[in-house]
Amino acid sequence: MALYSEKVMDHFRNPRNVGIIENADGIGEVGNPVCGDIMKIYLKIDDDIITDVKFETFGCGSAIASSSMATEMIKGRSVSEALELTNKAVAEALDGLPAHKLHCSVLAEEAIKLALKDYYDKNGIEYDKEMFAGIGEDDEIVEHSII
Amino acid sequence: MRIYADNGATTQMSQSAINAMIPYLGEIYGNPSSLHSVGQRANEALTDARERVAKCLGAKPSEITFTGGGSEADNQAIISAAYFGARKGKKHIISTAFEHHAVLHTLKKLEKEGFSVTLLDVHENGIVTPEQVAEAITDDTALVTIMYANNEIGSIQPIKEIGAVCREKGVIFHTDAVQAAGHVHIDVVDQNIDMLSLAGHKFHGPKGVGALYCKRGIPLTNIIEGGAQERGKRGGTENIAAIMGMAQALEDACAAIDEYQARLIPLRDKLIAGLEEIPHSILNGDRTHRLPGNVNFCFEGIEGESMLLLLDDKGICASSGSACTSGSLDPSHVLLAIGRVHDIAHGSLRLTIGDDITEEEIDYIIKSVKEVVEYLRNMSPFWRDLESGKRKHII
Repeated sequence: MALYSEKVMDHFRNPRNVGIIENADGIGEVGNPVCGDIMKIYLKIDDDIITDVKFETFGCGSAIASSSMATEMIKGRSVSEALELTNKAVAEALDGLPAHKLHCSVLAEEAIKLALKDYYDKNGIEYDKEMFAGIGEDDEIVEHSII
Repeated sequence: MRIYADNGATTQMSQSAINAMIPYLGEIYGNPSSLHSVGQRANEALTDARERVAKCLGAKPSEITFTGGGSEADNQAIISAAYFGARKGKKHIISTAFEHHAVLHTLKKLEKEGFSVTLLDVHENGIVTPEQVAEAITDDTALVTIMYANNEIGSIQPIKEIGAVCREKGVIFHTDAVQAAGHVHIDVVDQNIDMLSLAGHKFHGPKGVGALYCKRGIPLTNIIEGGAQERGKRGGTENIAAIMGMAQALEDACAAIDEYQARLIPLRDKLIAGLEEIPHSILNGDRTHRLPGNVNFCFEGIEGESMLLLLDDKGICASSGSACTSGSLDPSHVLLAIGRVHDIAHGSLRLTIGDDITEEEIDYIIKSVKEVVEYLRNMSPFWRDLESGKRKHII
């Protein structure tokens, strides 16, 4: 059996929504180079609807596929619908991920949540802080002393 | 197109090795321990294979033990030398930080048994010096075990000089030559080697078979208890077919080493030169003291596994020391040992080419790696940060 499902390979080979959005309404970034993966999500939101979404990912095949799938799953959805996206749903939509790659789908969920939080913050929209508790906290950048 | 550039992982068996095995998978099926004629035919083959392997290494046939592979040979060599030293009260072992896990994990086990282990620094070029070895040796040192050539970055150690230091100080010297045997000239007498491990499948022989050279006078400790096979030092009926295949492959490789190197080294250097054109890339391992077919690079801003998958789509089989390819959180201990930080060690690529590769295929690999690196950098937020100055380039 191959390492990844055909769905994962399809989204890895032909990633949807790669790129950036200038003047995005919300940006979320998780991960760090030391761990070997970084995901960055850009959202364009009009009237509470995610009208456009782009991503950039540094990481392995499943990280790129998870970002691609997650962006597809929230495009055209409302902010509250996007907030409900779980890593499990992303992994299932990809027909599963190997156990040691499940964290890639977690990163995708978290990057989207942080982008939505950024949207709330930028627009002064009130929200329950608990919704974003713990997200991205393990991902502080470790500085190296390089000579 | 299919270009197999992962010969460091394993090699395709040669037709010559396959042919050498076939009689022992069929008509010559006897057990070499049997006294009857069917068994004795197999025993003759075993004797023949032992002589041929010994000759390739400059050893005596009685100094060769056949094992179930390179890892087993490493395990047995290290444990034997350690226990032999312990009998004389010596419980210190010297090795390096970038050995294969067959060595490092055996050393860990011995540490739990009360041995102390010194792992020498291998410097940025992946080479340990004889001076470092000399400085590390104490009155308690039982064994120095240093790999002949590194499996990931291909750097070749000054084996003869390290052996001379050990000889002078009366310390046993073992070398894990799994990546080197059949690829570079080896002479255990000239190079002051007391113990040496090799594996059949790294030089176009079969998998699951290896050999341990152990100089006369060093007693072996069994890893596998059993019958009187291999002078009682390795139980289990011998895998005659595999042993014959390995002997043939080693003999073929050793006979052709000069032509092999003369053909492969310029192609390796062409590949290195081509990949060095990629900005923010760095060659891992010494440029000249290097296995003929090994090329290993780090590319900043991208991750190794996605590189491998895309190269595979282009028909190129390679490997990487990124964490994602190993299933662990840390990238290769070899890359960390030569001072590559995590950020760039994740973006490593190893290409180990064989001598059947053509110049056109080298061009194709260079072109493909350039495309893949550029493609992945274009979607990498890490790369964007490096280019915008938000993060500093390391290489």
